[in-house]
Amino acid sequence: MEVPILKQGDFLIATIQAALADADLLHLRSALLQQVVRCRSRGVIVDVTSLDVMDSFASRTLREIAQMIRLRGAETVIVGIQPEVAFAMVQLGLKLEQVATALDLEEGLAHLKRKSESPA
Amino acid sequence: MARTDIDIDASSRQLEEQYGGSAERTKPASVLLSELVSHLRDNRTQLREEWARRITEARLLTAMTKEEIFAEATSVYDNYVEALETGTFEALQAYARNLSERIIPRGVETHEVVGIVLLLRDVLARSLFAKYHADFTKLNRILDAYEPAANRIANTVAVGFVQERERIIREQQEAIRELSTPVLQVRERLLILPIIGVIDPQRARQLTEQLLRGIRMNRAKVVVIDITGVAAMDATVANHLVQTVEASRLLGATVIVTGLSPEIAQTIVNIGVDLGKMNTVGDLQGGIEQAERLLGYKVLPIADAS
Repeated sequence: MEVPILKQGDFLIATIQAALADADLLHLRSALLQQVVRCRSRGVIVDVTSLDVMDSFASRTLREIAQMIRLRGAETVIVGIQPEVAFAMVQLGLKLEQVATALDLEEGLAHLKRKSESPA
Repeated sequence: MARTDIDIDASSRQLEEQYGGSAERTKPASVLLSELVSHLRDNRTQLREEWARRITEARLLTAMTKEEIFAEATSVYDNYVEALETGTFEALQAYARNLSERIIPRGVETHEVVGIVLLLRDVLARSLFAKYHADFTKLNRILDAYEPAANRIANTVAVGFVQERERIIREQQEAIRELSTPVLQVRERLLILPIIGVIDPQRARQLTEQLLRGIRMNRAKVVVIDITGVAAMDATVANHLVQTVEASRLLGATVIVTGLSPEIAQTIVNIGVDLGKMNTVGDLQGGIEQAERLLGYKVLPIADAS
């Protein structure tokens, strides 16, 4: 399944609409990286509002996406993790360390704007 | 065979003749039961009154008036007889639950409900003794049909009552739990979770779920969890607290924990929690002040006119 990636100014927004198979996650990873390069984006939002579950592969892939995109000088924010999913994740020890998270799209964009205004 | 004496043996013989000897022994219980049910219906008035009298004598259902007792006794009696007749217990179960729902708030206790059902059983049994005392064999047959059904009915009503009580207790416990962990919004984007009392793993879990829902609903960016009111915490619950902090972060919220007692501070250090992840401040006031700073608020006194 192809995850739509939209451009919003300096940022990219990828909205995951349903559970993704492992291959789809890897495809998303490379698609996002290519788009960041092509559009010279300063930030990426991955919206997981629609996900009911987050397994260890998805969690690891999201971390990898953030790391790769950081190497291009851009920031990644994961938004929309549902309360039940967050609870399950911490119980399984899937912590998304060193990956920024925000409540929703609005908060994610606010976070990216703040970050790009004060590069430290 | 002509009947010369009115005695038990003759009556038995006559019955055997009527019903074909040993066939009497295998006379379907249903025939006996319908005879029993007719007897109970015919004597409905006096049996109900006898029962109500016995209830009062035994000082049961003191929370209810005589009229109420008689009204309920009537319903129970009719349901009882119907259950005997049909051999099905769904209607009786439904009635028992309904009755329990009504009388439990009035303070009626389990022993009273069990007591009155057993009294009804006694009253009906006595009336059977009275009716069939001349024919011991038939009395035994009737009792063979009556007893299992009567016992099952007593059981159904008592169990129905106890189940209703348990359901109410569970509801009350749930309500108490909800009350004792309110999630409060004190500023835009700032929630406070004041915890008081004992936290067991179940309560800790419930707390976490409530908090995460609250973060989402209020779009909170900072949460202050105050545990001043918690005396002690075991390692399991301390871990739950850490998980709560991590899960909140996944929803984009920062958690500040305040009010750790010396004992709890010790527990947390002992279980080896990475304290870099736990943002803690001494007391609630300090926690709120730090939260306000994080959110970009500054609280200033209103300048004095003089």
